[in-house]
Amino acid sequence: MLSCKEATQLVSQGLDRRLGFFERAALRVHLAICHGCRNFSRQMALLRKAMGRLAD
Amino acid sequence: MSADFRSRVEGERPYLLRYASLQLRDPHLAEDVVQETLLAALAGEAGFGGRSNLRTWLTGILKHKIVDAIRRLSRETTVATDADEFEALFSERGHWVDPPAGWEEPDGSLQQKQFLRALEECLTRLPVKTAQVFMMREHLGYETPDICKELGLTPTHCWVLLYRARLALRECLQLNWFSK
Repeated sequence: MLSCKEATQLVSQGLDRRLGFFERAALRVHLAICHGCRNFSRQMALLRKAMGRLAD
Repeated sequence: MSADFRSRVEGERPYLLRYASLQLRDPHLAEDVVQETLLAALAGEAGFGGRSNLRTWLTGILKHKIVDAIRRLSRETTVATDADEFEALFSERGHWVDPPAGWEEPDGSLQQKQFLRALEECLTRLPVKTAQVFMMREHLGYETPDICKELGLTPTHCWVLLYRARLALRECLQLNWFSK
């Protein structure tokens, strides 16, 4: 079982490299039960989108 | 070189300066790369040929100059292995001390210029190296292995810096935008 710290690291790395099969599975399980990390994950997606608009 | 072209290029200086400052975090260095960019642009007027938007063209040149500058810089400075200030976000067992709450209307925020200003402000608070890696990844659109190679970092170190940047920006936006 991943801790939230590990889960957030995987969320972040998932934006930079393709996660392995077991990493993805473990992350999915964690996100399914952890509201905080789910919010974190959505916020990371928003951050990426916002960075794309920065220089407009 | 036409006087008109020169003055149009010169007119983009403030924009380019802001762009470079945000990425390099060093006003003198930003001045230098913008100066190099303007000189290159004036020397290469033929290359522009009115094909595209002038600002887009200049920004393209500037990006190369910024990456060159970051590359030079990274040869001179070593990466500080500072203690992880984000340890405090998690308990000893790795659980959130204060789990992130949902952000209201996140999509609406993106439409707001003010939100992007808040994000820029948060970016300026990142440690320099962290900011450079994050900007190369998220703004200049480099792939992580290329950033590592350019800056002489291991992939793991790159990921750690990107992770720290994202945690810090999340905390900063939470505090300065979504809590207001």
